[in-house]
Amino acid sequence: MSWYLTLPLAIPFLTAIIAYLLRANPVGAWVSIIGSGLGLLASIALMVVVLDAGVVAGQMGNWPAPFGITLVADLLSAVMVLITAITGFAVAIYALGDITERQAKLGYHALFQLLLAGVTGAFLTGDLFNLYVWFEVMLIASFGLLILNGGKEQIDGGVKYVALNLISTILFLTGIGLLYGMTGTLNFADLALKVEGVENQGLLTVVAMMFMVAFGVKAAVFPLFFWLPAAYHTPSFSVSAVFAGLLTKVGVYALIRTFTLVFDHDIGFTHTVLLWVACLTMVIGVLGAAAQSDFRKILSFHIISQIGYMVLGLALMTPLALVGAVFYLVHHIIVKANLFLIAGIAKRLTGGTEVYQIGGLYKSAPLLAILFLIPAFSLAGFPPLSGFWAKYIIVKATLDIEMWFVAFIALAVGLMTIYSMTKIWAEAFWKNHPDGIQPELKNLDHKWAQLIPVAGLAALTVFIGLNPEPFVQFAERTTAQLLDPTAYITTVLGEVR
Amino acid sequence: MEQLLSILIGILVASAVYLMLARNLLRFLFGLILLSNAANLTIFVAGRLTPGAPPLVPDGLDAPAGVVANALPQALVLTAIVIGFGLFAFALILAFRAYQSLGTLNTDEMRVAEPKEPHS
Repeated sequence: MSWYLTLPLAIPFLTAIIAYLLRANPVGAWVSIIGSGLGLLASIALMVVVLDAGVVAGQMGNWPAPFGITLVADLLSAVMVLITAITGFAVAIYALGDITERQAKLGYHALFQLLLAGVTGAFLTGDLFNLYVWFEVMLIASFGLLILNGGKEQIDGGVKYVALNLISTILFLTGIGLLYGMTGTLNFADLALKVEGVENQGLLTVVAMMFMVAFGVKAAVFPLFFWLPAAYHTPSFSVSAVFAGLLTKVGVYALIRTFTLVFDHDIGFTHTVLLWVACLTMVIGVLGAAAQSDFRKILSFHIISQIGYMVLGLALMTPLALVGAVFYLVHHIIVKANLFLIAGIAKRLTGGTEVYQIGGLYKSAPLLAILFLIPAFSLAGFPPLSGFWAKYIIVKATLDIEMWFVAFIALAVGLMTIYSMTKIWAEAFWKNHPDGIQPELKNLDHKWAQLIPVAGLAALTVFIGLNPEPFVQFAERTTAQLLDPTAYITTVLGEVR
Repeated sequence: MEQLLSILIGILVASAVYLMLARNLLRFLFGLILLSNAANLTIFVAGRLTPGAPPLVPDGLDAPAGVVANALPQALVLTAIVIGFGLFAFALILAFRAYQSLGTLNTDEMRVAEPKEPHS
């Protein structure tokens, strides 16, 4: 049994059980932190193993692939698991100052760990039906977290979130059924081999489109994103940070996995659709953000816009574009989770998230202002932060294949992103508070528990930005694996038949 | 048999879509459960139907003798039913809570999280 594949899954599940039993006890929050810390160590161990071996696979219950459930980690899976663990750890610490006693009693920490388990499982599985099951684990945990406060806003946002996500789930399930009917297998590696032998390639494209729509809802691409801005600004800040960082990215990961490994039979059609979807997602997302005035709503629309860049990387399907997509995924999770955490601190200091009604943060809490500027500028793509390299690689990839219009859109959306970020900056940080409040960090409960995760994630952004070379090299290795899945297939199935 | 079940799936999907287009949240949920049943049937049919041949291994053999029904889709459907049931139970309670706290099941009137006029 390959322990390094199962540990990143087993740890959050065990932590969830312990945290649930201790939910009425203040120790519960610390259980969650220690569990996330151990999960981080386990995912670092997995990363080390994968960096060395390239791809590792484990057959659960020792059923030989493709009959049993396979857990498999290539570089993409490993880096996603690692970044999930980092985000989880940061948010678990932040929760000390964010989660009320009542929310803890209702089982916040247990649900949070279950969510991490679901996300990690989705990254590690090598089986399409198993991916569905992990999606459900993730979904049900996220439903619980979303409506934990039980207020009108949460219920209202929750209804839309639940409804649209359930539709996507059913579509995913139907797609699984049809694909199984055509190929007789659901193992990713086996599918990659068998789809070529399918007689009716047109029908295969139909199924591919079903998966594209199903994962597109999860990833919140245009025109399927409406659940996201309806829900992400309603729950606790810890919850929206982990949602913003991880959930949509699972959809992007699933898109990348299926549309590089399985559905690469008709790139001319499927990836052209993805290209249009990506451009529209970027533009609509950033325009939506420009129209908002709530801190978290602005950020929510920016998630959508940034998802567009990642999908664009996949749609172009050149090596450089995929490097950009992978780099973007990693950078975006760190930055976006961080911005939501900062929104939480800003809310506690100033009493609101509506940017026109708050202010004065720069004067009285300059540390927070700097910590905001780093991820905000990174999101907009300022050098020398991580977002600059992510955007640079994507734009370079579009220029290389002479897609001037797409490059123009990507750059224009970057400019619009700066507009929204300066709106938050000018209103929430620079101008004086309309009620004359002087928000000071020293008045914050659990000040360090909130500032340390924010500072840690910001430091990571700066580190990637100043030192991009190893990360780009890593993304290049990942891309090589995605474009030539031979290693993936042989590791899962043994020798290719 | 396959044709008959395919038509049934079509009817289920059509009714589901009709119900889900209603503004009433409860109708939407009923549509959702029909749709999930259609998905389950799709998996079942996609696994090919072999009536009257249960997948049993006779004494003394390692594999079933002759053509038997495919057991895998049934396992998949069973998993999907259980998960779908759990999610539906949650969604039903959520709809009830929504009715209690928002006072309506009409989805057009659910604008608390996204008010028409931004409160500025």
